[in-house]
Amino acid sequence: MNYPDPLFDAAGVVAFVFLLTAAAAVLGRYLARLFFHDAPPAFVRRLEKPVCTLLGVDPDTEETWRGYARDLLVFNGIGIAFLFVLLLVQGVLPLNPAGAPGMAPDLALNTAISFVTNTNWQAYAGENAASYLSQTAGFTVQHFLSAGTGLAVAVALVRGLSRRESDRIGTFWMDLVRAVLGLLLPLAFVAALLLASQGVIQNLDPYVTTPSGQTIPMGPVASQEAIKVLGTNGGGFFGANSAHPYENPTPLSNLAEVFLLLLVPAAVPFMFGEAVGDRRQGNLLYGVMIALFLGAFAFLYAAELAGNPLLAGTQGFPMEGKEVRFGLGGTALFATATTATSCGAVDAMFDSFTPLGGLVPFALILFGEVAHGGVGSGFCTMIAFVVVAVFIAGLMIGRTPEYLGKKIGVLEMEMAVAVALTPGVLVLVLSAVALAVPAGTAAALNPGPHGLSEIVYAFASMANNNGSAFAGLDAGVLFYTLAGSLAMAVGRFVPIVATLALAGALAGRKAVPPSFGTLPTHTLPFAAWLVLVILVVGALTFFPIFAMGPIAEHLLMAGGA
Amino acid sequence: MARKRVPAVGAFDLALIREALLDALRKLDPRRQRANPVMLAVEVGGIVTTLAFLAGLAEPGAEPQLFAGLVSLWLWLTVYFSNVAESLSEGRGRARAASLRASRTGVAARRLSIPSADAPFEDVVSTGLAVGDHVLVRENDIVPSDGEVVAGAILVNEAAITGESAPVIRESGGDRSAVTGGTAVLANEAVVRITAAPGETFLDRMIAMVEGAERRKTPNEVALEVLLFALTGVFVAVVANLFPVSAYSAAASGQGGAVGLVVLVALFVCLAPTTIAALLPAIGIAGMDRLFRRNVVALSGRAIEAAGDVNVLLLDKTGTITLGNRQAVAFVPVEGRAYAGLVEASLLASYADETPEGRSIVELARESGAAGTVCPPDAVFVPFSAQTRQSGLDCGSVRYRKGAPDTIAREIAAAGGTVPPDLEAKVTGIAAAGGTPLAVSRDATILGVVHLKDILKPGIRERFEDLRRIGIRTMMITGDNNLTASAIAAEAGVDDFLGEAKPDDKLRLIRERQDEGYMVAMTGDGTNDAPALAQADVAVAMNNGTQPAREAANIIDLDSDPTKLLEIVEIGKQILMTRGALTTFSIANDIAKYFTIIPAALVGIYPALSALNVMGLATPSSAVLSAVIFNALVIPLLVPLALKGVRFRPIPADRLFLTNLVLYGGTGVVAPFVGIKLIDLVVAGVLHL
Repeated sequence: MNYPDPLFDAAGVVAFVFLLTAAAAVLGRYLARLFFHDAPPAFVRRLEKPVCTLLGVDPDTEETWRGYARDLLVFNGIGIAFLFVLLLVQGVLPLNPAGAPGMAPDLALNTAISFVTNTNWQAYAGENAASYLSQTAGFTVQHFLSAGTGLAVAVALVRGLSRRESDRIGTFWMDLVRAVLGLLLPLAFVAALLLASQGVIQNLDPYVTTPSGQTIPMGPVASQEAIKVLGTNGGGFFGANSAHPYENPTPLSNLAEVFLLLLVPAAVPFMFGEAVGDRRQGNLLYGVMIALFLGAFAFLYAAELAGNPLLAGTQGFPMEGKEVRFGLGGTALFATATTATSCGAVDAMFDSFTPLGGLVPFALILFGEVAHGGVGSGFCTMIAFVVVAVFIAGLMIGRTPEYLGKKIGVLEMEMAVAVALTPGVLVLVLSAVALAVPAGTAAALNPGPHGLSEIVYAFASMANNNGSAFAGLDAGVLFYTLAGSLAMAVGRFVPIVATLALAGALAGRKAVPPSFGTLPTHTLPFAAWLVLVILVVGALTFFPIFAMGPIAEHLLMAGGA
Repeated sequence: MARKRVPAVGAFDLALIREALLDALRKLDPRRQRANPVMLAVEVGGIVTTLAFLAGLAEPGAEPQLFAGLVSLWLWLTVYFSNVAESLSEGRGRARAASLRASRTGVAARRLSIPSADAPFEDVVSTGLAVGDHVLVRENDIVPSDGEVVAGAILVNEAAITGESAPVIRESGGDRSAVTGGTAVLANEAVVRITAAPGETFLDRMIAMVEGAERRKTPNEVALEVLLFALTGVFVAVVANLFPVSAYSAAASGQGGAVGLVVLVALFVCLAPTTIAALLPAIGIAGMDRLFRRNVVALSGRAIEAAGDVNVLLLDKTGTITLGNRQAVAFVPVEGRAYAGLVEASLLASYADETPEGRSIVELARESGAAGTVCPPDAVFVPFSAQTRQSGLDCGSVRYRKGAPDTIAREIAAAGGTVPPDLEAKVTGIAAAGGTPLAVSRDATILGVVHLKDILKPGIRERFEDLRRIGIRTMMITGDNNLTASAIAAEAGVDDFLGEAKPDDKLRLIRERQDEGYMVAMTGDGTNDAPALAQADVAVAMNNGTQPAREAANIIDLDSDPTKLLEIVEIGKQILMTRGALTTFSIANDIAKYFTIIPAALVGIYPALSALNVMGLATPSSAVLSAVIFNALVIPLLVPLALKGVRFRPIPADRLFLTNLVLYGGTGVVAPFVGIKLIDLVVAGVLHL
């Protein structure tokens, strides 16, 4: 492997970001049309009509935030129950050429919650533990529905921000149907073809055994792979996820996957700008997201480039932890993108990064996955941080804080705090429990600070619905499947309900017209302030853990231990 | 005008400080501390470390006892300092309230059986009066309660309320009928109908407000508390998490041990936003106090903060934007008449006119070359009347008149004189410039026109510019015709005006603006202002206004100075800004505190973590103690800022934000690094911890 060329990689990333931004801006306008201007394209209208009839949904009645939340929770609850049962009994169902047995109840619960919450934490390896039926009718379907749910929540929040003195924020069913039919299905179809063209497999064949006795798993991978990245799901068909050559065969497919997993989350701020009638607001949020993203990428790249001082002087560039096919640039880009969003697909194991390199995905997740975050959820968390940032900034200029002319009151603050801080508190509490009980510490495969990182990362990933693993942790034990189920469910649905309540509160407010006395929220100072708030809140919450994990490990390594 | 202000109460009067120091001790009672949850959490921390300290005394070992004792002491001091800040600000209010209360205690009243001054009455105590009772007040009485004069007129000294010793007349009918309980009657007698139940009078409400007894938290304050409380919760979780994290790490590294209880509590207290939480109550009370020092009483804290949010100000022209009276500024002769003749005629026509306008004409005429003109002794004054709409002087057979141009012209024409052809043009010209024209005639000849002008209050234009810069639109309301109104509006620099306004136009305007999402403030004094006052978000009533106006308002200006609204806006903003600035400061402090405590607490487990000890603090114990001491000391150091408020500058929001962010955020990051290092030098040098 050649030594990485930072200039070349930097140029590549700049080009990549340029492309991503252009595509996201276009897609954002399409989303605004799809959800807000009551003018979805004709094909969506044709498709949604029979679905609405089937569901008994009247496209013109809208719900209060409570009604919206109720529908969403019921729907997701049914999803969990269905997937749970499917996984329990998959052994006796068809489309199971490899003969995967039914899952143990705790693992089935963990997996069901994991996929419905868009986490896609996998305490199993897909090729051994899931039948083709579970993979397609279970996982792939939830890949669509969980992404659709996330997007629906963001759409409801944008309605709250753009409406005035209304108590309605839309209909969950309509938003979900439009998200799936109008966005995810068509894009996933194209993406699946693109991936298949690179060599991602798509079949229902039995596993192949080579003459040397090696078993090569098969399966309908491309169809799942496309929505896995597009919906920031991250639940791989195989245990090795996007490091598996059938999931991610070429540098081009690698780039395509990074592009696809960022695409929808990156488009949401543009959709927001269109919907509230002020593109500058959307551009600012996108700018903040991309700045955080690039900062994280640069940090990770630099940390890996510097490498382990103990290996200084050895021949060649140390490739441990890097996917050799993609090099440092491709690996770092994928790692940044998958944790900056809530995707969690991986093409390299963070466990093998340098300590400071491993800190980046860790921090990206713990800081709330706002750059650009999961489909919909990243935007919602970002708005929660905006509310906090606007609140303090608004006080500092001597006015009742307002965002887009809407005053930030007590309810708004409560909900924003719940959205922004729930996952963090969840991580702190559950990892404290894990470290205190033998079942928790026994699962870590490495000692010392690295083991600490592995345990805390697991809860960070689950509570933030990321799903990536630091690896090096036996996540299949009862303690982790159950504690993880709790983390994923609370980490997903508490912020969602709080977001909807926030949307409802904002929708009910009137909008104060802007003046010189209004804090502009589309300017550079505010962007910088928002970045500061996100970084400071995250750092204050997790500094002790970083100090005892990655930072201690780095200092020990630098000290030659 | 001679003015006796409400006695100033200094922030640091010795008696007040002594009282505050004592009261702060009483507030340590956890039941009272509960009002401030963040500080209650600190107090619980103090109790925990104190218990640990005592347990350690009994069984020496684990942690150095001097350290546990000192940390406990400083945690208690942290809570105590917070209480002192609150008590200090409350104390100032209480001192004022005490002086007000002196005039409230039960006074004798004469309750009338029927509302007539001649009716029989019984002597009762003021506290026994009900709404609707009628009382007779006479010379040297204290008005027993709030009411309205229904018959007669009295001269009242309202110094007890306003600090203004010049007596005012209160008479039945009109806009000057309200009397306030506790004020002194200087002369005459009147029948007063009681309008407030005992304990709910204006004075009572005022006392309650300045005492802080009825102080409800404003929505902004509650929202901020939510944020602070949530952050405190996060830090509880951080500390709870650090214990197993450190225990696990210690077991893994084979050295050091789990972080001890005292250090955990110390870390929590240092991270929790104690600075802002400690000063939060003081900020609000102090803001109200600042208003009160300007002789403004807000009837709710919400009203003051709403003032900071106002974006439309409705202002009456007369008395707010302009001085009450017009003044002569020029003499404009008509074609063919001499300037000097006009000046002389104007002077004579106004010679006996005692109105401010008349006097200003005399004054201007004397400055304009008619200094020597005197009135002949046999002259007869013709006063202004609504019918003739003119006034003047008859000097023997010569009649000098001044009046509305159309009236004068009509009379001249009727008397067979000729109306100069250029009169109308001159008149319109003056009106277009925002002035009021008065025609002046001698017998049947029109000599010219006097230009009377509204005089802007000094500095008003600059104030409007300031307001515009901070995004507040000003709107002038006047009964003048639109031509005049627009000229004055332009001169004063208001953003908008409404001419030929009728009383209910104000209410309509306010509703319209509110529907567009604006927050509207207005001042008013008359009964016909009451509906608009009730509708406005910030309604300032003049203290000399009617009872309905005062009841509809949420802020009362004891000086009855309508421009005071502008100061109220500034104080409202100051309160919020102070909260925001201290919140930013408080949170920014945490960065340095982490760099102090984390290496200190964990260096035993991984000695390499001493790299994070960027300040080079002497020992782990001295580092932790220094952070706790800094955290406590910063509260009293910031009390003056909390009481005085962050300075408000009339610059656009984005610049104001940057300035304050750099100022308070920047200081918040840097100050603790410096402060903790200095304290550490002392702690390590003196205590050898």
